[in-house]
Amino acid sequence: MSKIVVENLKYKYPATDFLALDGISFSAKAGEFIGIIGKNGSGKSTLCQAIAGLVPNFYKGSYGGKVMVDDIEVKNVDISDLCEKVGTVFQNPFNQVTGSKLTVYEEISFGLENLGIPKEEMIQRIDEAMELLDITKYKDRNPFDLSGGQMQRMAIASIIAMQPEVIVLDEPTSQLDPQGREEVYQAVQKLSKKGITIFMVEHNMEKIASYSDRVLIIDDGKQIAYDTPQKIFSRDDLDEYGIEAPAFTKICRELGKKNPVTGCYPVTLEEANDLLKKDKGEM
Amino acid sequence: MDNNKILEMKALHFSYTEGDEILKGLDFVIDERSTAIIGQNGAGKTTFVKLLKGLLRPTSGSIHFEGNDIANMTVAQLAKHIGMVFQNPNDQIFKNRVIDEVMFGPLKIGMAESVAKQKADEALELVGLKDLAEKNPYDLGLSSRKLVAIASIIAMDTKVIIFDEPTIAQDYHGKELIKSVIRKLRFEGKTVITIIHDMDFVADTFERAIVFAKGNILLDGTTRDVFAKEDILKEAYLEQPNVTKLCQSLGYDEVFLTTEEFITYQKAKAK
Repeated sequence: MSKIVVENLKYKYPATDFLALDGISFSAKAGEFIGIIGKNGSGKSTLCQAIAGLVPNFYKGSYGGKVMVDDIEVKNVDISDLCEKVGTVFQNPFNQVTGSKLTVYEEISFGLENLGIPKEEMIQRIDEAMELLDITKYKDRNPFDLSGGQMQRMAIASIIAMQPEVIVLDEPTSQLDPQGREEVYQAVQKLSKKGITIFMVEHNMEKIASYSDRVLIIDDGKQIAYDTPQKIFSRDDLDEYGIEAPAFTKICRELGKKNPVTGCYPVTLEEANDLLKKDKGEM
Repeated sequence: MDNNKILEMKALHFSYTEGDEILKGLDFVIDERSTAIIGQNGAGKTTFVKLLKGLLRPTSGSIHFEGNDIANMTVAQLAKHIGMVFQNPNDQIFKNRVIDEVMFGPLKIGMAESVAKQKADEALELVGLKDLAEKNPYDLGLSSRKLVAIASIIAMDTKVIIFDEPTIAQDYHGKELIKSVIRKLRFEGKTVITIIHDMDFVADTFERAIVFAKGNILLDGTTRDVFAKEDILKEAYLEQPNVTKLCQSLGYDEVFLTTEEFITYQKAKAK
């Protein structure tokens, strides 16, 4: 059964004269890892807000179609109720930090306090989340004294501790070093394996290709495609949507190497390696 | 190769709190090559560039700009020579109109209004925001706001330009635009120093890479030489560019930095 169903979603922000989302329809199963890609201004972040209910209930504006999480229609519930099911990690961690807490530990506790979680359980969840994101050593630091990368990890931990069933992440690793980014992706993948549905907005196509089950392309608020990474990145028209295929795909496309089974170009290092290795041996 | 000493660091040490040293004695020269500073979060990269700007002062050791110890220069004096684009544009932007924001720096370092306007127009043209000159920067998305921050520094026409994470929130076209801006500045004789976590971008754009790790320099050389050293990069929480990784796993001895390089090589071999 689908966890999330989006049906012909249309949305216009107040005081604008264009549709930020224009006919988006897709569904995702529990535990699926969905990548959302497209150029800046295409509507990716707006779609994230629509899944979390901030569109339309916080931003207002004109809204058509619907977003269902299980049997709940997002537009008909309070954001404060929906946040138990859907958690959002903002693009800029500075916008997410409450500013009312003096330590990283207390900052992560904020959401749990508001959910009324018993103290013992709170402590356990906070410790687990800090461990998963490797920030236990900063637990007594002031959130605003953290570096950009550390703050992003704290922002993710704050949401994970709330144990939502769906997590929406909007470019959550832009300020992390390469290994830190990989660690966060692996942590998020663990959550999806546990059955949490993940929506990930990201400009790093190699990461999208290796972690997503399915990828959604948005352009000008319109849905262009929703398919496996292999099918998505084998398209001939990515350039029109301001998308660069992963390095591995670009190389194999230029060299004319398709996977004979799928008929698609490779999208990950491993796939490209397998295909080109044979080739190298023959030369 | 250019061997001009633009900036020279001598036994540079820095700590925010006593006993917890962030920079542990750096000795190196920045010349005119475009230079990427890479390393783990917390390695001291941003601290180092704040020292170059005089926003922080060394605990011991010194920094020389074109031969002069910057200890003898005020932050205001340094601002005429060394510009820095902040990591978070919200820390930098405060005006209500894009054009006012971009003209602010040039006017503050003593440019005449007409010159400042001209430099600001050129800078906005370079980053593709000319049409947004009259907008409020806070009505723009994060990626455009970052470009406003970049234009504001370019308009100051300083010898050295430092970017702290310029590609955050940029899509494919935004990254390509920033690549072309860096190449153009380099061509105009500017010294471009960039802190960045995107290794593919570094491989494609910069001549030199310096790896910071725990307050020391772990590697320093041409981008090709630095990205050849897989093990040391791992130690610094970095990784090789994607194409370099692929070619290494395929068993090539050559170090490829861009997909184009590898494709050209393969096609030549196939003939």
